[in-house]
This record gives sequence, C-alpha cells and structure tokens, in this order.
Amino acid sequence: MRADLDIIQEWIQPRSRVLDLGCGSGELLHFLKQDKQVHGYGMEINPEDIASCIDNGVNVIEQDLDQGLTNFQDKSFDVVIMTQALQAVERPDLVLDEMLRVGKETIVTFPNFGHWRARFYLALKGEMPVSKFLPYTWYNSPNIHFCTFKDFEALCRQKNIHIVRRTVVNSKHRDHWITTLWPNMLGEIAIYHVAK
Amino acid sequence: MPEQIAADSVGLVQPQTLQFDQPLSLRSGRVLPHYQLVIETYGELNAERSNAVLICHALSGHHHLAGYHSMDDKKPGWWDSAIGPGKVIDTNRFFVVGLNNLGGCHGSTGPQSINPETGLEYGPDFPIVTVSDWVQSQVRLADRFGIQQWAAVVGGSLGGMQALHWSIDYPDRLRHCLMIASAAKLTAQNIAFNEVARQAISKDPAFHGGRYKDHATIPKQGLMLARMLGHITYLSDDSMREKFGRELRSGKLSYNYDADFEVESYLRYQGESFSGAFDANTYLLMTKALDYFDPSVDFDHDLVATLQGAKCGFLLVAFTTDWRFAPERSREVVDALVAAGKDVSYAEIESTHGHDAFLIPIPRYMDVFGRYMNRVGADIGLAAAKQELS
Repeated sequence: MRADLDIIQEWIQPRSRVLDLGCGSGELLHFLKQDKQVHGYGMEINPEDIASCIDNGVNVIEQDLDQGLTNFQDKSFDVVIMTQALQAVERPDLVLDEMLRVGKETIVTFPNFGHWRARFYLALKGEMPVSKFLPYTWYNSPNIHFCTFKDFEALCRQKNIHIVRRTVVNSKHRDHWITTLWPNMLGEIAIYHVAK
Repeated sequence: MPEQIAADSVGLVQPQTLQFDQPLSLRSGRVLPHYQLVIETYGELNAERSNAVLICHALSGHHHLAGYHSMDDKKPGWWDSAIGPGKVIDTNRFFVVGLNNLGGCHGSTGPQSINPETGLEYGPDFPIVTVSDWVQSQVRLADRFGIQQWAAVVGGSLGGMQALHWSIDYPDRLRHCLMIASAAKLTAQNIAFNEVARQAISKDPAFHGGRYKDHATIPKQGLMLARMLGHITYLSDDSMREKFGRELRSGKLSYNYDADFEVESYLRYQGESFSGAFDANTYLLMTKALDYFDPSVDFDHDLVATLQGAKCGFLLVAFTTDWRFAPERSREVVDALVAAGKDVSYAEIESTHGHDAFLIPIPRYMDVFGRYMNRVGADIGLAAAKQELS
C-alpha cells in the first residue's frame, strides 16, 4: 500500500463510517473493509477508477468533488478522507470546509510543493517541477492548487481548524528521521488529521 | 430475420405460461382470484438455486428479453444486447427469468383476460395493479422455481422501481438490486406526461370507455399520440438533433399539413406501429402504476427510513441526457441508501440517448454493468466469467 494510505489506516477506528473523496481504485477502502470492518464509500469521477472499485467490491459513487458535498448531512461520517486530491480541486478551502462539516474527523494528504526537489527545479532549473511522483507538465496537470506544508497550516490557522496530528513521509519510506527534522524541505507527502 | 443466430445469442427460445391459483390481494383492496404469468428463462438454475436473476420490465416491455421465437422474427428480445452467453448478464453463469407483469398485454393476466366473475373480458375493469402487487406476484414466481434468494433483481425505468421495491418488501430474497435509469417516485412533470398520454387514449372516440373490443375497434389515434409523446420524452434534444436535425422528407417544404420533416414521419411511424401492437387499457394501467409508485408513503415519506430494512447490495446507473428519469432522481436514492448505511455504487453514464440509453449497449454502461454482475457472480461463488469462457 502507498505510504500515506498505510499511515491513514492506522488512524481509523474499526467499524467506523468512512467517506473517501477521490478514492481512486478503492485500495484504502478495500483494506479498511477487510481489516477493520469499516463501512466505507468512495467518491470518484474517473471511469477506470470507478470500474476498479466495483471489481474490488468497494462502494463507489460517481460524483464531482467540485460540486460540493451538499447531499450529505452534517457529521454523517466518522471520518472523511481525501488523499492526494486537495491540489486537484477547484477550491481546496471550500472542500476542506465541506469535509469538516460532513465528517466528525477529517484526514487530508497532499504532495508537498516545498520539498527540496521541487524547490531545486524551480530555483535552479527555472522549470515547474516534474518527478516520478508528480509526472505532469504545467499545461496538462490536474494539480491546479499546489501548496506547501506551511501554506496548508496557514490556511488551517486562518479557518480555526485544529491540527490533531501531522505526519510527513517521502514516497518510499515513512517517518524517516530526516523528514521529521525538516518536514517542509524533506517531506514529500503530508498527512494531516484535522478537526474543527 | 436473423439469417444465422450469433454465438452470443440465447438462440431460439419459447415462452411458458404458469398458472397461479392462490388469490392475490392487491394494494387497491381488490383480489385476483387466480392468474397466469407468461415467462421466459435462459441458462440453467444451479443445484443450490442461487444463480437466478430476475429481469423486471418497463412500461411497454414483456417476458421476451433475448433471443428469437422463430427464424422469421425481425428483432430479438428487448434486452438482447445485455443478456446472452458471455454478455453482461451471462446466461452461461446465471439463470435469467423474464416475465410479463400482471395487467400486461403479452399473455399474462390483464385487461384482455376473461374475468371469472362475468365470463367476459376484463377490459377497463381489470384492477389497477401497483409495483408492490407485481413484486408480490414475482415472489410467487420465485417460489414456483424454489428460488429462495435471487442473485440479483434487475430493471430499468419502471423495472428499476420493481427492483427497488423487492429490496424494501423482501429484503432476504435478493442479494443485489440493479436499478437503472429509475427513480424512487415520479415527479409532477413526469406524472403530467403520463396524464397527457392517458387523455389522448381515453378521449379517442374509439376508446368507448375501455370497451373498444365490444365495438370491434381500437383507440388507434389515442395510442399513437400517447406513444409519440412518450417517445419524445425518451429521447434527448441532442439525440433528436443527431438523428433527424431538420432533414426534410422530400427535400423541400410542402406548404401543407403533411409531415415535412423526418422527425415527424419517424414519430408517426413509431406511433403507428405501437398502436397496432399494444393494448390501450394496459397502457393506461402501466402509466398509473408508474404514477402511484412511492414506497416511502408507508414510511412517513422518509426515503432513508424506507430503505433502512434493505439488506442487498445496490448498483444504480443513470444517464446524463435522461430528463424523464434524470440522474438527480437516481442520486436521491443513492443518498438515501448512503444515509441508511447500505452498500451502494452509482455510475452516471455520459450518453446522448436520453432515457432510451438504458436499452442501448453504450460501452461504459455495459462495462460497469458487467463488472457489477461479475461481483454478483463472485458473491454466490461462481468462477470469474473470463476463466469460464476460455
């Protein structure tokens, strides 16, 4: 399992009700269902991913995150998760508000644009960063709102969102001592557990 | 006429008529003392009787889902695109049952049957049957085959309403509900279309209060109008533009009131052929069954509470240009199922075909449908389709 998903699953209580926004192929929900008897729903708009969810026996609902979550009641899920999709939505701040409204707890992960490799690309090469992890070029990238850990935390402060937990990983290893030392420079993926 | 039957067709098939002698109490308070259901089946019921799939038909559908009755048939059954060996509802794996619902005009007991009390044809006196009455009669059909639990109940439009009703009324008797291009109840606009259709039929001078057979006639004009109106609502603006545009039949305007445009002659043809083949009293009854459908009336109009007792898994599918059963109506059901904590998946298929899309083998639709049916198969321990085919 992807490093960020592996950490998230540890944060989820057995038998909880989970909504996974931009759930991809349903990997996390499938694992949570098998291992923690979690009752989950994924939200996705990519037809191939929806097909994989159906194959995996994962509940998947075709719905565009950018249209909001108005069809869900306040606090109707124990946890609302969004992994690696914050940077791809039209208004990350509004989606975050909706997640906090619908979920009792919220977990968000996103790629850190403050990572040294991204900084290196921009500062020294003068090009928008392209990596194995972020393989798109600027004109075809679905990632339209990149941010760094610092940026995200500033948004949380501004919105009075409480950061319950934060973990930083790189794409291969989790919790490496180096990433903990200087997360905004060395961490590739941030995982935030937030609440309001 | 099929010159040769395709390898993925169920081939030549025959309907059967089943007699039920136990009276059926209807929602209206009336009772059918006994009745017949005409059915067709494809594939083999396995020893555990676990691989049965019930297909519920829509307004003008019937029991003939797939294959041909004879080599002279112009067209196969109405859902031949989805049912057959290796197709999304794979008859190599599933035992597929189709029926003509009560009140229909394709052989099951309905307005054209003899009323045992009078010895005469029921005609307009045939009781109005509802979706829940149909489901009750389908339960007896399942009992007749010794099917304790359907692997899936599947339907589009009015058929999807029956599938949904199964999940509410008989939660233990189906594992999966596939509800396609349907709704938990009709909107006022949708009822309005049905009312215009009914008025067209009942105001036809040849209708004779539903006793047209006694006058050796049929309300052809009324049925034709009803079908033309219905047909427009089953298509989309886009699909009509694509199909007809403003094409003229003879290349120039006639400056009289004949059909100038292709779309006019198409609708006339559709109405014409339908009016010769479908019974007017059945049409009225089917539209009433649609209008009356609202399972939440028994639960204080709370759809979440209505679905709370359901135990099956759900797949809902809607089509982007379907305005008769718009995606919003499917999403209402999905939201209620999520709120009730039920297993549900939902796909919204891009299509220009309007409501008719549910009968068209659109690649993504067939893909989602087929994958879900694989899951249905896996759930009852059937080997994956691909392995079995190879």
